[in-house]
Amino acid sequence: MNNQNPIWALITTFGLMSLFAVGGAAAAVPEMHRIAVDVHHWMTDKQFADAYAIAQLSPGPNVLIVTLIGYAVAGIPGALAATLAMCLPTALLAYYVSRLLNRPSRSRWPGLIQAALVPLSIGLMAASALILAQSTDRTIAALLLTATVAVIASVSRINPLWLLLAGGLLGFAGIV
Amino acid sequence: MSTDSAPAAQEPGIPATPAAPPGLPALFLAFARMSLAGFGGVLVFARHAIVDQHRWMTADEFNETFALCHFLPGPNIVNLSMVFGSRLRGIAGGGAAFTGLLLPPTLIMIVFAIVYARFGEVEVLRRILAGISCAAVGLLIAVVFRMMTPLFKRMDVVALILMLGVFAAIGVLRLPLQAVLLVAIPISIGVTFLMRRKVAA
Repeated sequence: MNNQNPIWALITTFGLMSLFAVGGAAAAVPEMHRIAVDVHHWMTDKQFADAYAIAQLSPGPNVLIVTLIGYAVAGIPGALAATLAMCLPTALLAYYVSRLLNRPSRSRWPGLIQAALVPLSIGLMAASALILAQSTDRTIAALLLTATVAVIASVSRINPLWLLLAGGLLGFAGIV
Repeated sequence: MSTDSAPAAQEPGIPATPAAPPGLPALFLAFARMSLAGFGGVLVFARHAIVDQHRWMTADEFNETFALCHFLPGPNIVNLSMVFGSRLRGIAGGGAAFTGLLLPPTLIMIVFAIVYARFGEVEVLRRILAGISCAAVGLLIAVVFRMMTPLFKRMDVVALILMLGVFAAIGVLRLPLQAVLLVAIPISIGVTFLMRRKVAA
C-alpha cells in the first residue's frame, strides 16, 4: 500500500540517501540520478540535467535539487516532502553528535577529534575546488575570472554576492 | 585592509567574538539571508556572515564546527545550520537556523519548478550560469585560503601536510573518498594526539 504512494517513496528514498551521503550533497548527485532516472523513472535524463543546472543557478544549498525531483514526482507536497526527507534526519544526527562532543567532560578526545578533522576538511574542499575548476574553467577568460574572484575575495571583505553578479554579467555578455 | 587580521584577535584564551548570542528571529534572518545570497553554494556566505560580519564564532571555532558537519553524512551546510543554531541558542536556535536556511530557497525552487514545467529552458540562462559558476569556484578557493589562515598563523606544519595529502589524493590522484578517509582520519587523530601530549609534557 505505502509502496504505491509517491510521497512515501520520496520520503524513504531521500531519507535513507541522506544518511549515506558522506561527502555532502555533491557526492550524492550520481546516486540521485540513478534512483530518479534509472530506478523509479521519475524524470528523463534531460530533465535531471536541467534540474541540476537550475539547482546550481538558484540561491540556497545545492542539495535543493531534491525539491525539483520531488515536484516532478508529486507536485508541491512532493517538493516539500523530498526536501525535508533529505535534510532533517542528518541535521538531527548532527545536532546529537555535536551535543555529545561538547558535553562538558574531562576527556580531551572530543576536542582532539574535532581539531584533527579540520585539516582533512580543508583538504577535501580544496580538492572539490580543483575538480569544479577543471569542469568550469575551460577557456582562458573563464580561468581568469575564477582567479580574479579568488584573489579579490581573499584580500577584501567584499560581499561575495557582488562577485557572483559580476560573473553572471560577464556570462550574459558572452565574455566567459 | 581586512580588519580581521589584527594579531590580537588570535590570542588564545581571549575570545574574538564579543557579540552576544542572537535571538531566534535574528538567527532565522541571518541564515535566510546567507542562503538567499548563496548562489553556487552557501558555505562562502555562511563563513562570511558568521565569522566576518556577525562575529558569532572565531575562525578556529568555525573550522572545527564545519569540519564536524563535513564528516557527518548529509548536506554539510544544512548540518551546519542546525549545529550552529543549537550552539548559540539550543535546539530552538537549531530549528530557527535550519528553517531560515531551507524555507526561502525551497519556496523559490518550487516557483522555478512550476516555471520550468511550463516554459522549459531559456538559452541565456545557460550563459549567465556559466559566468556564475566560474565566480563561485573563485569564491570557494578564497574560502579555502581563509580557512587555512589559522593553520598558517600557528605554523601548524603537520596539519598543513595532512591537508595537502588529502588534497592531492582526492583532487589530483582522484582516489576514492572512503579509502582516503579510512587512512587519513586515524592518522590525523593519532598525530594530533601525539602533538598535544608533547605540548602538555
